[in-house]
Amino acid sequence: MTKFPLAQIIDQGIKWLQTNFGSNLDSFSAAFTSGIGDMGHILSTTPWWLILLLFTVLAWRVGGWKLALGTAAGLFFIYNLKLWPSFLDTLILVIISALVSMIIGVPLGILGARNDRFHWIISPVLDFMQTMPSFVYLIPALLFFGIGKVPAVFATVIFAMPPAIRLTDLGIRQVPEDLVEVGEAFGSNPAQLLWKIQLPVALPTIMAGINQTMMLSLSMVVIAAMIGAGGLGAGVLEAIGQLKIGMGFEYGVAVVIMAIILDRLSQGIGRSFKTDVKNKE
Amino acid sequence: MSIISDHIVVKGLIKIFGNHPDKARLLIEKGRNKDEVLRETGQTVAISNVNCTVKQGEIFVIMGLSGSGKSTILRCLNRLVEPTSGSIAIDGIDINSLKAKDLRRFRQEKTAMVFQQFALLPHRTVLNNTVYGLEVQGVARKDREEKALHTLELVGLKGWENKYPSQLSGGMKQRVGLARALVNEADILLMDEAFSALDPLIREEMQDELLSLQQKVHKTIVFITHDLNEALKLGDRIAFLRDGTLVQVGTPEEITTVPADDYVAKFVRGVDRSKVLLAGDVMKKPQPLITMRDGPSVALRIMKEHGISSVFVVDMDKHLQGIITVDSAVSARNNGITNLRDVALAQGPIVKENTTLQDTLGVIAECKLPMAVVDDENKLKGIIVRGSVLAALASDKGGETND
Repeated sequence: MTKFPLAQIIDQGIKWLQTNFGSNLDSFSAAFTSGIGDMGHILSTTPWWLILLLFTVLAWRVGGWKLALGTAAGLFFIYNLKLWPSFLDTLILVIISALVSMIIGVPLGILGARNDRFHWIISPVLDFMQTMPSFVYLIPALLFFGIGKVPAVFATVIFAMPPAIRLTDLGIRQVPEDLVEVGEAFGSNPAQLLWKIQLPVALPTIMAGINQTMMLSLSMVVIAAMIGAGGLGAGVLEAIGQLKIGMGFEYGVAVVIMAIILDRLSQGIGRSFKTDVKNKE
Repeated sequence: MSIISDHIVVKGLIKIFGNHPDKARLLIEKGRNKDEVLRETGQTVAISNVNCTVKQGEIFVIMGLSGSGKSTILRCLNRLVEPTSGSIAIDGIDINSLKAKDLRRFRQEKTAMVFQQFALLPHRTVLNNTVYGLEVQGVARKDREEKALHTLELVGLKGWENKYPSQLSGGMKQRVGLARALVNEADILLMDEAFSALDPLIREEMQDELLSLQQKVHKTIVFITHDLNEALKLGDRIAFLRDGTLVQVGTPEEITTVPADDYVAKFVRGVDRSKVLLAGDVMKKPQPLITMRDGPSVALRIMKEHGISSVFVVDMDKHLQGIITVDSAVSARNNGITNLRDVALAQGPIVKENTTLQDTLGVIAECKLPMAVVDDENKLKGIIVRGSVLAALASDKGGETND
């Protein structure tokens, strides 16, 4: 029995994309890289204690003094381990990837909620994107954009976007029927229905999606060190190469601290939307 | 003001849920019922051929059990549900022909809806919930908030503007729902089981409040309910719905005294008739009567002729003056008085025609004199004696005479 040439088909498709859009991709990549570079420059010239302070204040606002204390201690520990520059590199990539995922994902989710056909098309695509081993995305990213931060963001966005789409879609679909009827019965147009009723009511669910997107971004950004993303992942990779267990552990702990802080912060932001709704005096 | 007295005219309204409504519609037009259509075509008939008219300024109650299609009819009136066929004219405009933009304007200006589960927006304060309709219409913030504050005061929620729905009790939530509907100044209020989710006590309170509000605002109200007592209390007219078909449309009294069929009869059997019947329904003709020109001897003669112990006295225009009893007539005659003007007349209980029997019971029980029923100008329309009240309450149901 002859083998179905799946690999060849994919290879040729990628090649076709490369030859037809390669130059566009290159210039896009260059522009994007310089954008990331600018942002990195700003962050790396900002004093470390100021960044620590900003995070702590944010944590205090959304989660109270316990979260603020934990955040400050965690970030100080990362600084103490002398991993601050790597931490900033990873932070930038996570923020950019999560932002891009949100900017693309939330509108797609809205579309999915409003259009059943689109919903049925995109659901299996999302399943595919999430279950495909994440390493596989690194290869086309590498081919399109070469080595560096841009392919890292590209692969991360593909991996991290599905929850933003899915939970936006779900959140809007779960808006109680009678609230939608309120919108229609009082003569709202579709945009008013979306902005005044569906999105605000779906916001807690959408925020849960964004939290997941953030977490997936972080895990992928670490893996993307394999194609030159730098940051904490690069340290882990180096430690693996040189079998330095202690060093690997240091970088690993920094990733864990960062994950916890980002998770609690984005959950806290999501919750503060919810409590705005429920308990504002 | 519009002088059209028929505000909403529904003709041949059919709504079928399913993929092949046309097949089912043909069967309905041949006179098949809901179950037969479902068996033959697999289509669910929600409303089959409903015709009715709602008058300007009345409370029109659509009464039916769950699944009878009452909510569907209501939603056809503002096209939250698209009818399969039939026409609905509101102020003479066929609303089924409206395009999306005109439909939105129609909903903004002509109708406002109150929902069973209140359907308040959880992310908005009471005030911001109330302004929703005006906000959608593009009314300036200051104007809409001013109007909303006024309306909130009307429904008794002054001081609660900045609370969130989760901080309110059920009754208060529905007041917000009511305010949100009223603030639009739409002519038609569509109320979908608006009080069904409330506790019995709160429900009665809200019903009373709706009635007193209606005295001020004179809306055309289409009110959906499954609660017969609520229907009888609120409705100027009640439409009885069963399996998507109108069984009977009539005033509360017509429904209870002359039910159109066994289904309605079964429903109204348990009704507390004292809440439905009005003083005007059970009063007797005010005979005999005497006027102020007559003397005590005339009064005594009339009482003797009719075998009664007191008689009502009116002036020439039938305005009620009082009651003269046997005892006072006898003593007046013995004292040589010849004209009733010089006699101190007894004053018995007086009620208006539209008082419910329930409200007259207490008075009647305590007073020995017959009760006078008067109109707004104090003209005597009839009298009620204990016996006639008991007879009215006891008569099981007038509908049996139709069988």
